[in-house]
Amino acid sequence: MRQRTRLLKIIFVFFLLVVPSLDLSQVRERFPKPDFQTDYVRPNLITPATRSPILEYMDIFVLVAVLFLVTYSAHKQRSRRQIFLLMVFSLVYFGFYRKGCVCSVGAIQNVSYALFTSAYAIPFTVIAFFVLPLIFTLFYGRTFCAAVCPLGAIQDAVVLKPTKVPAWLANVLGVIPYIYLGLVLLFAATGAGFIICQYDPFIGFFRFGASFGMVIFGLSMLLLGTVVARPYCRFLCPYGVLLSWMSRLSKWHVKITPTECNNCRLCEESCPFGAIKKPSETVHLENRQAEIKRLAVLFVLLPVVLIGTGWIGSRLNIPLSRQHFTVSLAEEILLENSGKRTEMTDATTAFRAAGKPTEELFEEARIIQDKFKVGGWIVGGFIGLIIWIKLINAFIRRKQPEYYIDTGMCLSCARCFSYCPYEQVRLGIITPEEADKLGTRKVKIKQFRA
Amino acid sequence: MNRRNFIRTGFQAFAGLTIGGIAGLLFSRSSSEEMVWQLDPNLCVQCEKCSVNCVLPNSAVKCVHSYSMCGYCDLCSGYLQPGAKARDTGAESQLCPSGAIKRTFIEDPYFQYTIDEDLCIGCGKCVKGCDSFGNGSLYLQVRHDRCLNCNQCSIARLCPSRAWKRVPASQPYILRGDESKRYLES
Repeated sequence: MRQRTRLLKIIFVFFLLVVPSLDLSQVRERFPKPDFQTDYVRPNLITPATRSPILEYMDIFVLVAVLFLVTYSAHKQRSRRQIFLLMVFSLVYFGFYRKGCVCSVGAIQNVSYALFTSAYAIPFTVIAFFVLPLIFTLFYGRTFCAAVCPLGAIQDAVVLKPTKVPAWLANVLGVIPYIYLGLVLLFAATGAGFIICQYDPFIGFFRFGASFGMVIFGLSMLLLGTVVARPYCRFLCPYGVLLSWMSRLSKWHVKITPTECNNCRLCEESCPFGAIKKPSETVHLENRQAEIKRLAVLFVLLPVVLIGTGWIGSRLNIPLSRQHFTVSLAEEILLENSGKRTEMTDATTAFRAAGKPTEELFEEARIIQDKFKVGGWIVGGFIGLIIWIKLINAFIRRKQPEYYIDTGMCLSCARCFSYCPYEQVRLGIITPEEADKLGTRKVKIKQFRA
Repeated sequence: MNRRNFIRTGFQAFAGLTIGGIAGLLFSRSSSEEMVWQLDPNLCVQCEKCSVNCVLPNSAVKCVHSYSMCGYCDLCSGYLQPGAKARDTGAESQLCPSGAIKRTFIEDPYFQYTIDEDLCIGCGKCVKGCDSFGNGSLYLQVRHDRCLNCNQCSIARLCPSRAWKRVPASQPYILRGDESKRYLES
């Protein structure tokens, strides 16, 4: 009896060991392996290792170190020069050395993908690159944008003659990052791809090579960047959306003046990003009734806006889902099966050779399209909500006695500091009395070079 | 503390907790290991796109050779053009467009084929030849001394047979034959 169990055990172990190694796809021995008569030895297949994990941790270390230094330079030293040097370092390290790939902006996609795909184990470094800048921003404002992000750095380097974007235009263009963020999250969550990486205009410069279209896009972004400062950061960057939320709530945001503001207007034109807001006039109260009415209408409109934009989002599920490989493959197969297309593509050939039933593929494609429908509702509703909030903000006026920083837009680049007379006092360049005198200035201010 | 400050602190706490929550959730699903891209040679259909879709001017995908599977044939379908006039090293006889395969005589009738990775463009023409008529000892792999490990591999995005996947950085190759066994054991 014991003999028999042992035999069974041996057979069991044999199967356990032998069966998995008989991977059928690899057995294709059409020609016997030669028995060499000479003392020939078969060479080994060399497998070069990946980048050392120590270097991955060094990336995190560099990120934290630069974040600390930039924050210190912006808050304590208040030095544009230091921030500029750190920016150059980041451009070299994260841009040209790391080729732009371990990147906080792109990490949004890994996060979204990981949250919806349990099979994907998100690397530790990617979580760090996603979370650390957000935490820093929640405390100190967007110092990450000032000098850590290589995409920001390359644009900052070409800011030559920034012009002011009209407030209404900046407001309208400001919706684009939200739409982009929504699409990024949707595409990553459904597994359709990482569109930030696909349409990154500057990564081609870091790698010294990109497709023709992307080179043109990158060059035109840089050209535009000479007159409109940091166009990608302000009107495209999806990570900037999250950072601006954090920055609005930031505990200690940088201030233009180290001590007080006397409304001298010297800093008025100093911000190339339009983040310095003028003091607002006293609110006129005679129109109060009309304004309350307008607000009430907006509140009633909210559900209409949400349902409207959500509906539009959900109706876009068919064209959007085509970005997903499975859906586009299913459509191609469908075209071929119906005889509308006679030439097979590489993808359909590979699919047919694999012998998977087409029904299974169609079912998978339908599931993905449904996911896009649900996602479309959510993303559409989100964009609607953002537009609605922007409308509300246009109607609410708060009394602001001094020049102030729009903390959502401010990148903590430290350009404006030196324009403040009290900063000049702090640096010992002028006396406090001279600074106080500037407060009565009524002359028109010329445009300062950033 | 006035009302506005109270609301502000509330939002701050909410934002902090949200980041913390997402970070915690991500950590529970994370791996301390980096993931890298690799293509599964058993799914590869040798469409030649690997040679052009890489962000590098010279693709990080190269042909590799599992010598343990090779038949060392004189008439190698991975090395010679179909219908080549002579079994020699002449350019007109070779299948490889960049002459990256070196043919060395070992002993009658066996020849060894070695890939020169600096010349190989990763088109997979030889792989197709070897797969169709030979033992399948030639196949494509990402060489990790060259790969930039882009977050979204631009080859993977356009691969028609979905042969590409993220693999742990500690075991970044998908090999064939005895090389595979040796590799997985090490």
